[in-house]
Amino acid sequence: MENNLKKVDIIFEIDDKCTPLDVVVKTLKRPADEIILDLIDSGLKGRGGAGFPTGLKWKFARNEDSDVKYVICNADEGEPGTFKDREILDRVPEKIFTGMAICGYVVGAKEGYIYLRGEYNFLLKPLTKKLEEYNLFLKKNNIDFNIYLKSGSGAYVCGEESALFESMEGKRGEPRNKPPYPTVAGYNSKPTVINNVETLVYTTMICRIGPEKFRELGTKDSRGSKVFSVSGDTPVPGIYELELGMPLHEFVNEFGDGDVKAVQVGGASGHCVPRKKFNDTIIGFEGIPTGGSMMIFNSSRSMYNVLHDYLEFFAEESCGQCTPCRVGCQQLLKGIEAVKKGERSPAYLDDLKKLTGTMKIAAKCGLGQSVGNPFNSIIDNFREEIIY
Amino acid sequence: MSKYLVNLKINNMPIAVEEGTTILEAAKKLNFRVPTLCNHPDLTVAGNCRVCVVEVKGARLLAAACATPVSEGMEVFTNSEKVRVSRKHIVELLLSEHNADCTKCFKNGHCELQDLASEYRIGDHVFLDLVKPESKIQDISSPSIVKDDSKCIRCQRCVRTCTELQGVSALAVINKGDHQKISTFLNKPLHEVVCTNCGQCINRCPTGALTERNYIEEVWNAIYNPSKFVVVQTAPATRIALGEDLGIQVGERVTGKMVAALKKLGFNKVLDTDFTADLTIMEEGTELLTRLKRALVDKDETVVLPMMTSCSPGWIKFQEHMYPELLDNLSTCKSPQQMFGAVAKTYYADKINIKAQDMIVVSIMPCVAKKFECERPEMRDSGYQDVDYVLTTRELAMMIKQAGIDFDKLEDEHYDSILGESTGAAVIFGATGGVMEAALRTAYEIVTGREVPFTNLNIKPVRGMEGIKEASIKIKNVKPEWSFLEGVELNVAIAHGLANARALMEKVKKGEAAYHFIEIMGCPGGCLGGGGQPIPTSPEIRKKRAEAIYSEDAEMTIRKSHENPEVAEIYSEFLGEPLGHKSHDLLHTHYKPRKRY
Repeated sequence: MENNLKKVDIIFEIDDKCTPLDVVVKTLKRPADEIILDLIDSGLKGRGGAGFPTGLKWKFARNEDSDVKYVICNADEGEPGTFKDREILDRVPEKIFTGMAICGYVVGAKEGYIYLRGEYNFLLKPLTKKLEEYNLFLKKNNIDFNIYLKSGSGAYVCGEESALFESMEGKRGEPRNKPPYPTVAGYNSKPTVINNVETLVYTTMICRIGPEKFRELGTKDSRGSKVFSVSGDTPVPGIYELELGMPLHEFVNEFGDGDVKAVQVGGASGHCVPRKKFNDTIIGFEGIPTGGSMMIFNSSRSMYNVLHDYLEFFAEESCGQCTPCRVGCQQLLKGIEAVKKGERSPAYLDDLKKLTGTMKIAAKCGLGQSVGNPFNSIIDNFREEIIY
Repeated sequence: MSKYLVNLKINNMPIAVEEGTTILEAAKKLNFRVPTLCNHPDLTVAGNCRVCVVEVKGARLLAAACATPVSEGMEVFTNSEKVRVSRKHIVELLLSEHNADCTKCFKNGHCELQDLASEYRIGDHVFLDLVKPESKIQDISSPSIVKDDSKCIRCQRCVRTCTELQGVSALAVINKGDHQKISTFLNKPLHEVVCTNCGQCINRCPTGALTERNYIEEVWNAIYNPSKFVVVQTAPATRIALGEDLGIQVGERVTGKMVAALKKLGFNKVLDTDFTADLTIMEEGTELLTRLKRALVDKDETVVLPMMTSCSPGWIKFQEHMYPELLDNLSTCKSPQQMFGAVAKTYYADKINIKAQDMIVVSIMPCVAKKFECERPEMRDSGYQDVDYVLTTRELAMMIKQAGIDFDKLEDEHYDSILGESTGAAVIFGATGGVMEAALRTAYEIVTGREVPFTNLNIKPVRGMEGIKEASIKIKNVKPEWSFLEGVELNVAIAHGLANARALMEKVKKGEAAYHFIEIMGCPGGCLGGGGQPIPTSPEIRKKRAEAIYSEDAEMTIRKSHENPEVAEIYSEFLGEPLGHKSHDLLHTHYKPRKRY
């Protein structure tokens, strides 16, 4: 079968003639507004999953009037099935640092923080060393920006930006009410840009290769490429940088084991796509967006078990403060168990689907709002597996 | 900075409100009620129960009305289909993790969740019952507060109360997701942590998760026991709040009706804690003057100033945990409740010819920490537990209802004598600044022979709801025996609510405060906002109660503690003089440092 899947090499590419250090020095000579325009032109959207236009985010923070601002790199990679940031942090950390320094220059921040997932503590030592060197380099070049490392403690919800700020401030990691948004009041209630690891690397690369080159990749709504974490029933699990906007069937042809029943796009909080929909599913902001997780399930997998695992995860990882999420997740989990055991009729699944509708619009943060994604897509496509 | 107006529509009705107003506040202005649970007028916004969600035109998500500021052109719908469905779901979810055994609940009929459930006509549970069996084991370790996790809806009002208002943080959120709950340090029983028993959490708990330890049955048993002589004392702040639980509006004084009701309930004698409040002023005022003399005349370096009041048992326990190094600053005076118990089972028992062991002393208090206080081992100077049972204002209201008394129709009655006479100085003990004002009225007059130099004896600078108040009084033209005080500027400070107390203590510790005398009340507003007072509470309600207290004072014929004839009588017949030998034995106490964990 013909396959147009395009593998890309931007994130991990190493060019000795133009290192991240060269990029930061060169870029910081340009006017900040011009850098923002480039980012907006590039069409880059946040790679953490929510897809907010990066250039706009920086612009909002730049427009805020404050002596103190912060740049934060969200390295709390906790979405089940996602492991690309870990690889980026390990292999090309200077590209992340450079993105942060450029952002600091653009928005007027002097401090940057990397909030590192608790489970990635093995990266602390090497990252600290590289960071020391990088900070020294910035100092030598009279760039007034310093980057610090902070370690998380293992709560999934702390990947949510406002919970992350709370955690950094030494408080219990619970999402805040919005507004205000981070660009107005983030870490320590100061204007803050918080970007995903991968997003920051793309900002570095857009500054190096220019927005036009980046725009050549992808589609109208999903410019550029993206790093995917491929796992599950695949002979070739791993990290792949691919052009955005690909049809799912091309992905499955490349990575599947020939017996693919479904792909969970976007991790536990993402959508489950069954085989019959592979042909008309686009991976991108116009179709199904993803923070990078692609979990492949073959016909040997029970979708009840898959959903059950996800719901167990959410019931445990909900911070517990808001009612729809704390209680809703438990009801969904216990609910499918009750249907499976015959204690509730199959029609109860429809009551639960309605409940996910409430969770989607009434939960305080993205965690509770997105639990309905896996729930509804698995129930709708594999209802019989849940009941029998 | 002047705020500009924001135009919006709520349910198609236009309104302009100040920038920064929440949707909830704006809706209230248009008389649209949006239900809330985690919201409370005394606390910061949480936005976590989600009961107040409303629809904003064009928005992907519903907005929590309590936490969302209005914006220009906003169109809000408080009862759209989406809102109704979601809100009902949320109430159903809360009920699914709530032990809805309402008929057996102490808060039955006074529960905000119950109200919402009935409003939304939630019948059979749609969802599965998630109440964990182990959560039904109540924490009854504290003599003041009962904690029942199975009734908790995680609104965190108690946590915010304990942290923001009280600066204690005995209660906190632990764990996450399905294991999240409100707990204590290392999940220990309430009695073993820094909890001060102030009970402010009870006042703000929307359900029955936090309630007082109630002693209603014990008190009925005592009343019905023919071999017991049951006397009851009523604290200053009860008389201005009891009515709230009995269908009378906030701020209405019910002193005479309360006395009448207590007599109808069958107490043998109805006496007044106000009497021992006056006694406290005699002892504490003398203690202050003695400390000042030792410091200024004798140059005694062991004298500790500023002296701090000791009437509030929540404050005392707070100090024992948090500032054990400042325990010597506390007045050695027992609280009026405990002075009453000690005097009742000695002096009074002798007078009326009742054996102390046959006497039961019951207190009606605006406080739940008093329940803890009466059980302190130090409080047995009569040879018996000086005060046997403490009931809150709320518990008394329940007893009155149980007895079928039509409270509103009662004719006023007077306290029994003796131990029933009191002054305006005593009644203002119930408001923040009141003890200070009462002490100043007496001390100033002892020293100068003249009344305090304030119109109608109203020492306005020490009144009001500001968190920390300061005042100075210049002492002039003193009597010869107090010549060392001539020209002295007496500096006083007053704090209410333990977070304010903490701020003041930090100043004292750093030596930034040249005060002679400090009054602290553990609860916001003083006793009138106590943990045993009718629910709900709010700044507005406390303000009305304070007005009632000061009007009661203004109407009293005697308004200075040292002019209370019964107080003069007890000194001449029994105690001798303030700080005398008998006073020392019965009316004074000591404190003990407690660990923080």
